[in-house]
Amino acid sequence: MQRLGTLYRGREGMWTWVLHRVSGVAILFYLFAHVVDQALLNVSPEAYNRVIDTYRNPFVGLLEIGLAVVVIFHALNGLRIILFDFWSQGVARQRQMLWVQSVLFLVLAIPPVIAIGAHVVEEL
Amino acid sequence: MATVSPAPLPRSTSADRRQPKGGRGSFELYAWVFMRVSGVLLVLLVLGHFAIMHVLDGGLDRINFAFVSGRWANPFWRVYDFAMLTLALLHGGNGLRVIIDDYARSGTRRLLYQSVNATVVGLTWALGTLTIFAFTPQPS
Repeated sequence: MQRLGTLYRGREGMWTWVLHRVSGVAILFYLFAHVVDQALLNVSPEAYNRVIDTYRNPFVGLLEIGLAVVVIFHALNGLRIILFDFWSQGVARQRQMLWVQSVLFLVLAIPPVIAIGAHVVEEL
Repeated sequence: MATVSPAPLPRSTSADRRQPKGGRGSFELYAWVFMRVSGVLLVLLVLGHFAIMHVLDGGLDRINFAFVSGRWANPFWRVYDFAMLTLALLHGGNGLRVIIDDYARSGTRRLLYQSVNATVVGLTWALGTLTIFAFTPQPS
């Protein structure tokens, strides 16, 4: 028996649960803002282009990298939650699934971090 | 390190084992199923969207009014974006609904937070839908 017994709190399961909630709320709030900025498409081409041009700087580039990382975490963690629920081995293999999730996270996060990171460096 | 005694296992009652018979009792079940179905679809839609808009071929560098005109000249991308908008807002709005239920400290506050959540999600959906379908592409 493990030191914490059947207690759920305090282990990686709790922290991924917390991160799932925090990342979900962050993505939703980003989405609200994103829909508002895209609404400028129907104001005028000039208004839209003016606002998009303000995004071409290293600070927004870093936010973009943050968005990519948060979305990729939430996507993969959500898929792991679905496997808990629908795969008979899901709960028993949760530790291994978290390792697979971590590897996939790196595989998926590296391309956008490099691509957007290159822009950030160019714009400095 | 201090040892922590295990939490008592939850005990189910006969009420817990009864299957919901439709009506309000089934709402949470459908919400649960929806989160999983929409989640899988959103993984594909959002990662595709992010790859095209932020990563491939210069990413944000090439985004401007003319670029969007080119994309939305094709109805496929309007349907794609509308599906993503709708699923993302319902998925995120429902997730926030569950979080509010967990943390709101009184019935009054819960009602207030849930109303704000539903209103902002609804207005964002209306604005996004208008943006996608009222858009007139202009050749550059």
